[in-house]
Amino acid sequence: MKIYADNAATTRVSDTALAAMTPCFQEFYGNPSSLHTPGQLAAEKLAAARAIFARNLHADPGEITFTSGGSEADNQALRTAAALGEKRGKRHIISTKFEHHAVLHTLQALEREGFEVTLLDIPPDGVVTAEQVRSAIRPDTCLVSVMFANNEIGTVQPIAEIGAVCRQAGVLFHTDAVQAAGHVPIDVEELQVDLLSLSAHKFHGPKGVGVLYARRSVPLTTLIHGGAQERGKRGGTEDIPGICGAAAAFDEACATMEQNAAYLTPLRDRLIAGLTAIPHTVLNGDPVRRLPGNVNVCFEGIEGESLLLLLDEKGIAASSGSACTSGSLDPSHVLLALGRPHEVAHGSLRLSLSHENRPEEIDYILEVLPGIVSYLRDMSPVWDELETGLRPHLI
Amino acid sequence: MALYSEKVMDHFQHPRNVGKLPDADGVGEVGNAKCGDIMRMYIQVDPETQVITDVKFNTFGCGSAIATSSMATEMIKGKPVSEALQLTNRAVVEALDGLPAHKLHCSVLAEEAVRAAIRDYYDRNSIPYGDELRACEGHCDTCGH
Repeated sequence: MKIYADNAATTRVSDTALAAMTPCFQEFYGNPSSLHTPGQLAAEKLAAARAIFARNLHADPGEITFTSGGSEADNQALRTAAALGEKRGKRHIISTKFEHHAVLHTLQALEREGFEVTLLDIPPDGVVTAEQVRSAIRPDTCLVSVMFANNEIGTVQPIAEIGAVCRQAGVLFHTDAVQAAGHVPIDVEELQVDLLSLSAHKFHGPKGVGVLYARRSVPLTTLIHGGAQERGKRGGTEDIPGICGAAAAFDEACATMEQNAAYLTPLRDRLIAGLTAIPHTVLNGDPVRRLPGNVNVCFEGIEGESLLLLLDEKGIAASSGSACTSGSLDPSHVLLALGRPHEVAHGSLRLSLSHENRPEEIDYILEVLPGIVSYLRDMSPVWDELETGLRPHLI
Repeated sequence: MALYSEKVMDHFQHPRNVGKLPDADGVGEVGNAKCGDIMRMYIQVDPETQVITDVKFNTFGCGSAIATSSMATEMIKGKPVSEALQLTNRAVVEALDGLPAHKLHCSVLAEEAVRAAIRDYYDRNSIPYGDELRACEGHCDTCGH
């Protein structure tokens, strides 16, 4: 059996998205900036795609900017708010410790440029509170950036409440909605969000396409200088096939969101119940306030990369926050922010489902995983010490 | 998975000499759970010939940590202790047809585990040894913990 359970990393392009992309390569291949008919046909495609994003986000088409992906959208959102803050002498930014690196590393760059950054602690349930944001706001705060849903543990943040706090305080509010868009409802008006980033390949669109929503009153800072594309806010000939695929995928994801969530939630909960039944295993993040397809657990006494390799051998594609898989010496900053000790964080496993996963795949995962975990535990000197009492169990 | 060579995957999926030696003549443990890898190696030594007659390991770690442990045990089994001491992480990596650059540090642990087990054997038998056999205390510079 081949099971793809890494949909938080990326998704398979849907038939609808692919069908929207294909004619753009050989039929509608004009440059939307060109005056002639082929160019104008491409421009129409671009406008239609923009309208789709605007409609589903409850925004205005003029508030939608296409980028090369979620990371660029995050960079541009933070740079925009920082530039606006700077003009008013406000150089304080609030964010959280478990943001994506596209946000955290941009904030580090801004710190080097003289901004002061407050990163909010992550409560044990993986959900930050509006109250935390409220008490961190200062007179010189120019931006609050809190992700919509966490990419590793899937916890959904109280965006509407945080939006209300920010609006009341007159502070710009950005949310990295890369994991949430297409999976949970987003209404930028209702949520009082000023800037929002999303990425097409997380909802069965193509890679290389992102969207930055910016409220009309928020003039964007240009990162990619060039032509007059995207109202001069993002130079470079638009990726029409990608953008059309992204729009078709988003439209489809929003239309099927409710039914997908209803289908996925019981599968997710069955996985959580089955995995946490393995001794010394803990769920990361709130069991309910999380994305419908996200499961993230830590198994004590084993290391995540070896777990992934053995799962891959069984045909299961998953992900881990262990140091070995992150390419650094420390395990996932998200799990550490959640309060997991290093040795526990190394044994994490993320399974992220999409509507393409079948219920029998969940059965298969639950059938093979306990065996793999005990195989690795039997080989592990750490597990040996845990079981013989030389080392205290942490979970 | 193309990340690792076939040999690494073979030793990872079918590790040789996994387990414990309850009557080991030397036991060495290196690494740190905080860093994500710990290796424990057990050796049995013939007191007459000084040959390592049996070796077993337990490893907590990634695929390359498990594969290098397995390969290292194969490379020292049946060898005199003096020869086992010459085992380098480089030789282990070569025997595995290489490791990705960011995984090379895992092979250092295998070399250290062998040396720690031999040091323990020397200690138990009051055999003198030089400073070069200093044991890893699990606080090496590579991991910062």
